[in-house]
Amino acid sequence: MSAAAEGTGALTRPGIGRRAATILGRIASFVVTLAVTFVGLTAVTFFISRLTKIDPVLSVVGDKATKAAYDLAYHQLGLDQSLIVQYLIYLKRLLSGDFGVSVLTSQPVLTDLLRVFPATFELSTVAIIIGVAIGVPAGVIAGARKGRWQDHVIRVVGLFGYSVPVFWLGLVGLFVLYGKLGWVSGTGRLDVFYEGEVTPRTGVMLLDAALDGNWEIFGNAFSHLVLPASILGYFSLAYIARMTRSFMIDQLGQEYVTAARVKGSSFWRTVWRHAFPNIMVPLITVVGLSYASLLEGAVLTETVFAWPGLGLYITHALFNSDMNAVLGGTVLVGSVFIGINLLCDLLYKLFDPRLRTQ
Amino acid sequence: MSEPLLIVDGLEVALPGRTGVTRAVRNASFTLGRERLGIVGESGSGKTTMGRALLGLVPRPGMVTAKTMSYEGTNLLACSERDWQRLRGRRLSMVMQDPKYSLNPVKTVGRQIGETCRLHLHTDRRETDRRVLAMLEAVQIRDPDLVYHLYPHQLSGGMGQRVMIAMMLIAEPDLLIADEPTSALDVTVQNEVLRILDDLVRDRGMGLIFISHNLTVVSSFCDRVLIMYGGRIVDECLARDLQHASHPYTRALVAATPSLDNPRAELATVARDPEWLK
Amino acid sequence: MSDALTAWLQTDAPTSRRQAVMGNAYRALRSILGNPTALAGLIVIALLVLMAIFAPQLSLGKSPLDQDLAGRLGAPSSAHWFGTDELGRDVFARTLYGARVTLTIVILVAVIVVPIGLAVGTIAGYLGGWVDAVLMRITDIFLAFPRLVLALAFAAALGPGIENAVIAISLTAWPPYARLARSETLTVAQSDFIQAAVLQGASTWRILVRHIVPLCLSSVIVRLTLDMAGIILTAAGLGFLGLGAQPPTAEWGAMVSSGRDVILDQWWVATIPGLAILVVSLGFNLLGDGLRDVFDPKSS
Repeated sequence: MSAAAEGTGALTRPGIGRRAATILGRIASFVVTLAVTFVGLTAVTFFISRLTKIDPVLSVVGDKATKAAYDLAYHQLGLDQSLIVQYLIYLKRLLSGDFGVSVLTSQPVLTDLLRVFPATFELSTVAIIIGVAIGVPAGVIAGARKGRWQDHVIRVVGLFGYSVPVFWLGLVGLFVLYGKLGWVSGTGRLDVFYEGEVTPRTGVMLLDAALDGNWEIFGNAFSHLVLPASILGYFSLAYIARMTRSFMIDQLGQEYVTAARVKGSSFWRTVWRHAFPNIMVPLITVVGLSYASLLEGAVLTETVFAWPGLGLYITHALFNSDMNAVLGGTVLVGSVFIGINLLCDLLYKLFDPRLRTQ
Repeated sequence: MSEPLLIVDGLEVALPGRTGVTRAVRNASFTLGRERLGIVGESGSGKTTMGRALLGLVPRPGMVTAKTMSYEGTNLLACSERDWQRLRGRRLSMVMQDPKYSLNPVKTVGRQIGETCRLHLHTDRRETDRRVLAMLEAVQIRDPDLVYHLYPHQLSGGMGQRVMIAMMLIAEPDLLIADEPTSALDVTVQNEVLRILDDLVRDRGMGLIFISHNLTVVSSFCDRVLIMYGGRIVDECLARDLQHASHPYTRALVAATPSLDNPRAELATVARDPEWLK
Repeated sequence: MSDALTAWLQTDAPTSRRQAVMGNAYRALRSILGNPTALAGLIVIALLVLMAIFAPQLSLGKSPLDQDLAGRLGAPSSAHWFGTDELGRDVFARTLYGARVTLTIVILVAVIVVPIGLAVGTIAGYLGGWVDAVLMRITDIFLAFPRLVLALAFAAALGPGIENAVIAISLTAWPPYARLARSETLTVAQSDFIQAAVLQGASTWRILVRHIVPLCLSSVIVRLTLDMAGIILTAAGLGFLGLGAQPPTAEWGAMVSSGRDVILDQWWVATIPGLAILVVSLGFNLLGDGLRDVFDPKSS
């Protein structure tokens, strides 16, 4: 590299050392932001927990306790310390995995969360696959054929996607596709009489059934999964298609695309083999962000479909004033959400082509 | 001069927009043989649009019409998109202004140049590589094996433009349209690139259309010059006769060019006559 | 509109500040009305407002609260255009009154979120330095929070109700406006006319409020309109979970929820309010898209 730099004096790539420093700097900044945001999240959940009108001492000792017992519990719960100290204790417990005990299940909240998480994971992952498989090509076509009928159709479908309430679509979907047409199964992950027949290895029903070789249950699980996953997938694809379209329009306005046409490349060949490789990096971050928001959207979908995942767990806890469970779930969802968001930010900055033309 | 390569008669390019239809090119007529034709004009004169029209690259909803527009006997107006794909790159080609933007940032130089080869000459991998390296040498890049694997952002302006030239000439077209090929380059590098272009065009006996706003460069590089203003070709003359041009716009352009030999206290400006737009 | 007035509004050389401001407003309005997407959105939103204001008249005197247990779950008929719900209440009337709740939430959130966002963003952008760093850190933290889940947690602690729902939503909705205001401020802060104002002795406060904020307004409004749809959906989601306006108040999300059990046989109870949510969201999205075309075509 250095010989060429001498010879032509024309190569402009900055030295390896400087680039490594930039990358390390970005990763360091990411870690710091992650930590600070996590602290912020836990501060908010801590604050919320203090807002609750339920007296935490009473829920431990009961309302017939003597003053002495009350005071003892008060001290044991650390409530006589300053808020900052209380927060630090809280944070320390969170970091060691102690999310408290659920009032409903009498289990440690963390155990509950780990039990229900795979269901949400399964739902979101299938949904994002649908979102990418349909959203990306749709966005490319809409961008390439901007202003024509393909663009309009795709945009309308997308517009509908961010205007429709997910819970309503779920209900209507159940009504039409299950109630009236019988094309898909109803709520829950499996028909009632199949429950307990699958060895829970991964918690992901499709995988577990496949690993057992039990294809009948696999089919049943699939028919339960297809509607909620498709609905979530629809939201995902609306967002992904819109962003892809926008990226595509940007790229197609660039000179190198014209240059490819000048070379004799056909329009679609230019779109897929010249423009598309240039949007893959921002697209990955878009997909990541969409995945994070699916975790949120799952909350409402799981309620409608009685899907025993994280979202349903949190809403049940909510209605039973199970604050530990609600806040534990919030911290988990919040952390995953934050993690994915910031990771996407980082990935984008690391692979941003503008980095290269120093 | 033998058979003309390109015959253009009554070319019109209309660009419909929000405020009505803009006639970017009006009634342009000229012929081109195996010679160098310069097209000079200010921004908005329609010269770039005309260049794109000659390659069938005026985007919708723009409309290109003409009485005649034919290249080596092929009627360009009747070309379908597939016909155009066979023509572009192989029989006529274009070098664009700024290699920072006109080269694909995520593909290596070698692959971009080789693509023209594979598209038209259907050569296999080894043959393509051989031709690419030969072309890189032809544009006087000193280390073709190294540059082959580089990405566009690693190239300087002059190298990038040479890569562009290599990319567009590798399939041996007979006509090259150069749209402001040196405008984005440093002055010191401009002459180098022009010299390379000069050699290649002469050695291959190609026709060249050189589009620029820079009258000095065009007059020294080209045989004939067309002057465009407001979408029209307002004047046409031999490069060496520019000093004696008759059209007032041409004379104004020549007068406005600063010169070391005839220093003036004030540079002349162009007094525009609405008559020229008719 | 008379010719003289039109000419006054459209002149290229306004002679007073008021003429300039009105002229701009007039031109903006014409562009908006000329854009079909924006126009469609505007019509939908106008309908929403009319529904909310004139609910008593439009429902022909039917109350959204009157129960009629004998006539519960009645199909749409001439007496009840959209049928009756599980307590015998008229769905049409409840849908109309539900517009009030939606509009209230939308307005309240906007009124909270925009000033906070503008304040944080313009101050951060104008003052720069450590103020900027701290404010942007805080903004980024809130930006990374999941909206619905956090709103759930809030509602769990504070109890259900419209005010809590509004607070919960606002808490995560303000950061994008701060970012937007900051980036606009950064573009403008070094301009000569700001420097001129500084030289005239204008205080920071005055510069921010009189000069910088007005320049941020158009992009903030576009963003707000586009966000509104999301806010309506989140609020409806909260309502669906029982955390928004409490019964017996008619709220669209809650209505969908109560219709859930009978969806298979009495589809109208849940479907109609859901359609209302859909149409209103659509309206805001269309208006937002149209406004963006008009005010900021580069970004569309």
